[in-house]
Amino acid sequence: MADTTIHAPGHGTTTGLSNNKLAMWMFLGSECLLFGGLISTYMLYRGRHEGGPGPAQVFDIPLTSVSSFVLLMSSLTMVLAVNAAKAKDDRNTKLWLTVTALLGSLFVGGQVYEFTAFYKEGLGFTTSLFSSSFFTLTGFHGVHVSIGVMMLLALVAIISRGRITGDKAEAVEMIGLYWHFVDVVWVVIFTLVYLIPA
Amino acid sequence: MSEHAEHAEHAEAHDHPTNSYFIWTALVLALFTALETSTYWIDFGSFATPLLLILMTIKFFVILLVFMHLKYDSKLFGAMFYIGLGLALGVYTAALCTFQFFVK
Amino acid sequence: MTTLELRSGDPSDSLVTPSAALGIFRRPLATTGWKSWVFTVDHKKLGIMYGAVAMFFFLLGGCEALLIRLQLAAPDNTVLSAGLYNEMFTMHATTMVFLFVMPMAAAFANYFLPLQVGARDVAFPRMNALGFWLFLFGGIFLNSSWVLGGAPDGGWFMYSPNSSALFSPSHGVDFWVLGLQITGIASLIGAINLIVTVINMRAPGMTLMRLPVFAWMQLVVQFLLLFAIPVITVALFLLSFQRNFGAAFFDVEQGADPLLWQHLFWIFGHPEVYILILPSFGIISEVIPTFARKPLFGYKFVVFSGAAIGFVGWGVWAHHMFASGLGPVSVAVFSVSTMLIAIPTGVKICNWTLTLWGGKLWFTTAMNFAIGTIVLFTIGGLSGVTHAAAPADTQQTDTYHIVAHFHYVIVGGAVMGLFAGFYYWWPKMFGKTLSERLGTWNFWLMFIGVNLTFGPMHILGMQGQPRRMVVWPDKLTGDGFFNLGFWNRVASVGSFTIATGVLLFVINVFRTARKTEKAPLDPWDARTLEWLTTSPPKEHNFDSIPTVHALDEFFHRKYEEVDAEGGSRLVKVKTAEEVQAELNAHPDEHMHLPSPSYWPILLAFSLPIITYGVIFNLMLSVFGAVILLLAAFGWVLEPSVAGHDEYDPPADSGDSTKELASVG
Ligand SMILES: [Cu+2]
Repeated sequence: MADTTIHAPGHGTTTGLSNNKLAMWMFLGSECLLFGGLISTYMLYRGRHEGGPGPAQVFDIPLTSVSSFVLLMSSLTMVLAVNAAKAKDDRNTKLWLTVTALLGSLFVGGQVYEFTAFYKEGLGFTTSLFSSSFFTLTGFHGVHVSIGVMMLLALVAIISRGRITGDKAEAVEMIGLYWHFVDVVWVVIFTLVYLIPA
Repeated sequence: MSEHAEHAEHAEAHDHPTNSYFIWTALVLALFTALETSTYWIDFGSFATPLLLILMTIKFFVILLVFMHLKYDSKLFGAMFYIGLGLALGVYTAALCTFQFFVK
Repeated sequence: MTTLELRSGDPSDSLVTPSAALGIFRRPLATTGWKSWVFTVDHKKLGIMYGAVAMFFFLLGGCEALLIRLQLAAPDNTVLSAGLYNEMFTMHATTMVFLFVMPMAAAFANYFLPLQVGARDVAFPRMNALGFWLFLFGGIFLNSSWVLGGAPDGGWFMYSPNSSALFSPSHGVDFWVLGLQITGIASLIGAINLIVTVINMRAPGMTLMRLPVFAWMQLVVQFLLLFAIPVITVALFLLSFQRNFGAAFFDVEQGADPLLWQHLFWIFGHPEVYILILPSFGIISEVIPTFARKPLFGYKFVVFSGAAIGFVGWGVWAHHMFASGLGPVSVAVFSVSTMLIAIPTGVKICNWTLTLWGGKLWFTTAMNFAIGTIVLFTIGGLSGVTHAAAPADTQQTDTYHIVAHFHYVIVGGAVMGLFAGFYYWWPKMFGKTLSERLGTWNFWLMFIGVNLTFGPMHILGMQGQPRRMVVWPDKLTGDGFFNLGFWNRVASVGSFTIATGVLLFVINVFRTARKTEKAPLDPWDARTLEWLTTSPPKEHNFDSIPTVHALDEFFHRKYEEVDAEGGSRLVKVKTAEEVQAELNAHPDEHMHLPSPSYWPILLAFSLPIITYGVIFNLMLSVFGAVILLLAAFGWVLEPSVAGHDEYDPPADSGDSTKELASVG
């Protein structure tokens, strides 16, 4: 959401709530149906892997646990950034945003590594219905994380150059909401896709 | 825009959690994640699936309520999200039911 | 407080002027000429553009329908080849649903929601512009398939396996998938924007229970879009990956469930039918009280039944799949839920009828269309309820009976309602009234045409004529009353009757544009807030934002209750001109308006580049993605208000009307 307010967020609106935050929450509510559809597709097809390895053969739970932990910690650094932004502490805001972006990149890196490993084990995108739906679901999540990383880095740059066009704390908070949502989706994927045996 | 007397009071409460509160929350979440992961090494038998689902739900709402501070924010924000979440759960569960997903 | 004051007052949140932030471009600030339209963020201009483009697609989709009816007008006809016929009915439906009814409803929403709630613009004006351009480019992209190897030909719900590369080897389906993704994004951001506008941008005193019914119905529609669009997005992505990257999501041969597509499509598709019809319900809920000269009967019932329809509409989708072997339990559940949804719909029809009851009816063209909507929608709704009964539906699935049903609902309901909106709001939007004489002809031709076209289809369907049938041989038509050839010919004559009616509307529009006579300020003695401002409204909508005290605020400013023998009665105490003069006596000092921007159209332009790339060359997609990224950055760095120094000559003072709203 790029349209930002000049006055304090929520100033002069009917409910006293910020338009931007309201819009962001609606977007996240909408995203529930996007990821819901992808997760359901995976659930329907996870057992269909004739002619290729199945979930039990390829999943590397220790590795995925580590990357889940990384993403979880990035949520912590994100809230620290939000708190710093609220305290008008630019230095710490930028610091924690950068750390969040780094942790996010680490997660995406882990995913790239995981996908490569799967591919070497004979699990390509078109190998089976299981592989197509798995790569589609986790790929969509990965793209969401990557977009988040890009937004975080852009925000750091914009804050550094003093070019923010609206309320700074709110901008950080909005990206934070998006970021936590992506984390929350991973909490669900990690359990439903990786941990619960098919 | 003119001042709206009707809704002059700002809905945003400012009892925002402190850093240490967030760090403790993250620790709890990490603990839960460790517990989840342990099902890979320890055999919980038929308890594994319900346990994992419960842990997942708790983590989900802790992040939502604390990190996304839905607990401290306007109910309207929550409503927007929960409508989407509820609809998603409803329609996709029903669709999976028609595929006999839960009885197979 | 002006923007400038805030800038100097709080250096830590220092704002930069756009020219410094953008470097290359000078911000577009023209108020006349083509630039004032292409870079506009004004909700009224965007509303008009939405309407004009949607009307163009209506005529296009209408020509496609005429070609279909021409092909079926005679036995063993050869107007269209079988392949072209498939493309024709697929594009007819896709165009009418996604490129006409939805954007036309969006046109009215864009234009009138801010006016009806008493706002100066929508909550996110640049997002609004982005939505329009995405819709336009998506529509062009979709239709470019005609000349780039063939249009989509799998039917508008694109079932598997017809959607697969094996059965549809041209790029048509790819264009369909990607084009709908683009228009889907437009709908999604439009939905968020309009919901925030209604929730957060209302004038003082405009409580939710004082919202005009049109605003309420649009609110419900936008919520449906918000949550239904992502579902079709998933379906479209899966189909895309199947066709372009070799996945097998809907390929039975590789063990997939083709029903997955049907579920995803109809989880979106059933809310979609309410997305099509509810805006028209809203329009006629404005038109009927105005021309019956009494308040809407049971405002709360109309509002809550609309919300109920929106909610229950999520639990009925599988009634489109009764013939697909869902199993008895699923069929029974969805059958019952579908019957339930008839209740809130019936409530609405009762309310409109009771509004008419005892009113001093004024049969303008708008009123005619509104009453026509009730009549035709009721017919379509009743045949719809019969489809809720699974055994009957199993017989009728994929026959002309279904075609008859949904055309009564969509043409008779949604389209007639939109036409009521045209005639009702034209004087507000353009300051001139459409000719009532031509309008009356327009209405009767369309009304008779709809019955002539779609009425016989009930008979055809009951006789077993399958939907999407390309040709009927003379020797198989039967005889007597049930002669298929006879009723097919009648339907074809009917379709040209509708077309003549629409043609009269187009003529009416051009004749009205040429005429110099101005419309009166309040030609219909209307009731809601949009009539409280000039026609057409000024760029800032209201000189002074009105404070709302009642439902039908404008009406209550004109009328007062006076004691008379046998109780009190309402008497007109002020004219619209007087009411307006009263309001404008104290214009707001600082009016805040967003400034035009290059970024929405540029950002929207990057999407068809990406999607052409997906079909023809992925390098093109990369190029499009780069544009997308640059446009996004430009957007973020641009404050939604231009600085005073950017005007040429520079804006004179702080109370210029070119400032940003307190909300972006
Ligand atoms: Cu339906």
